[in-house]
Amino acid sequence: MDHFPTNWGRPRNDAFDAYNTYPFHVRPDNGPRDAFADNVQRTQQPIVTGTSVLALKYKDGIMMAADCLASYGSLARFKDIQRLHEVGKFTVIGASGDMSDYQYLQTTLDELLISEEITAADGHSLGPVEIHEYLSRLMYGRRSRLNPLWNSILVGGVKDGKSFLAYVDLLGTTYSSSTLATGYGAYIAQPLLRKAVEGREMDIDENEARKIMTDCLRVLFYRDARSLNKYQIATVTDSGVAISPSMELGTQWGFAEGIRGYGAQTQ
Amino acid sequence: MFRNTYDSDNTVFSPQGRLHQVEYSLEAVKQGSAAVGLRSKTHAVILGLKRSTGELASYQQKMYRIDDHVGIAIAGLTSDARVLSNFMRQQAMGSKMVFNRPVPVNRLVSAIADKAQVNTQEYGRRPYGVGFLVIGHDHTGPHLYEFSPSGTSFEYYAMSIGARSQSAKTYLEKHYEKFVDCDLTDLIRHGLHALRETLQQDKELTINNTSIGIIGPAASSEAPGSGESFRILEGEPISGFLQSMLPKEEAMGFAPAPAAPAAAPASDQDVQMSE
Repeated sequence: MDHFPTNWGRPRNDAFDAYNTYPFHVRPDNGPRDAFADNVQRTQQPIVTGTSVLALKYKDGIMMAADCLASYGSLARFKDIQRLHEVGKFTVIGASGDMSDYQYLQTTLDELLISEEITAADGHSLGPVEIHEYLSRLMYGRRSRLNPLWNSILVGGVKDGKSFLAYVDLLGTTYSSSTLATGYGAYIAQPLLRKAVEGREMDIDENEARKIMTDCLRVLFYRDARSLNKYQIATVTDSGVAISPSMELGTQWGFAEGIRGYGAQTQ
Repeated sequence: MFRNTYDSDNTVFSPQGRLHQVEYSLEAVKQGSAAVGLRSKTHAVILGLKRSTGELASYQQKMYRIDDHVGIAIAGLTSDARVLSNFMRQQAMGSKMVFNRPVPVNRLVSAIADKAQVNTQEYGRRPYGVGFLVIGHDHTGPHLYEFSPSGTSFEYYAMSIGARSQSAKTYLEKHYEKFVDCDLTDLIRHGLHALRETLQQDKELTINNTSIGIIGPAASSEAPGSGESFRILEGEPISGFLQSMLPKEEAMGFAPAPAAPAAAPASDQDVQMSE
């Protein structure tokens, strides 16, 4: 069965052929590509993965943080991966989950921005609200075709003086809050973030926000076996998006001597 | 029985470098009843003159709501207008669904202009026989656009299309500098004055033959709860606006020049193009 309506005859619906260009132009062929097309296997699990992304709202806007690791299973495979991505002038996204799907999303969003902002160039730019809605439609659409993009994504930004922070995942589920965390961070860091931020978003300056973030990242590095002590922090304020270079976490391991009950030592 | 040798096919240029079928489509717009549009800093309004086929018939709808923030007035073939307005509604819904954003008005107008352009270039098609005045509001403020079946769209301070619209244009050109600071009531009054210019000698604007489309905060005389989104006023609610019109001479601010000769009554001949 050919599921592409423009191949059925005259298009019935503007949604499929907005400019009514059929039959003049090349008709897209979405039919089976080859003998193996029926045996294509869709994503069943993520392969190269990133772990938690953290984000919070503060006085000047939003702050987002992620470490630089892309794991291959339990192997710390790539240690200099950037998981925060700038989308337009007002938005930053951070992704955990499958890194190849994330790279696909980056490409898709970059192309979207070219057609929506550079080609149109009419002053109607996409803010974090629009980017988040677009991503949620994309993720839900993919999961409905049983071929999800295996990510949990945080979208944050500031446009027209309004800050925005929201979550979307591989099922298309969305929610919004003044602190958010994905993956293991949703269990370990989210309570810490809530305690530090909720109710006093407008009192936290950038320095304090950075301290909260690095404290949470440090706890995650201690607790999350898929994390790394190298991280980046992005801020979005009225003056735009800034993604820091990768930085190292100061850590303390002196206490490890005293831990008993694991490994080789008997007493 | 062709008037011109290069008439039959819209993809063939005449030796003068013109596409006759496209120019005829612009004539189709001029056959439609007049519509006037104008805008201020805060509002955009369209006004339309509705026609009826006779005493026993209802008046033909001139205005359509596309979305909360966009509305159109049409002149020309109503059935073509339905195709294009349905397309605009789909675009508006698409923008809301995909981006959670009301579609920017300029992109909506460009989209139908692109659609119309394809029809001027491809074999086996005909251009649309309808022109639009589009008013809308987005974060850059209120806007007024004209769409024409030749595939162009332009933004205007004030514009008129349809039968005898040149007379309305004359009024608008004389007064447009005042529009920007007008409140809604004055803007509508200017619109009605302009629309009145398009009437035939023995006709006048009534609550039955006039439609007013508005975007912007409600006037004091409007029904409470009108809101800022696009609304069409027809019938009794516009009687106040009609009564507020000034007599013709006063409105023009000068003794009116003899009305432009009425367009030659439609004969069964096709429209004669100027060479």
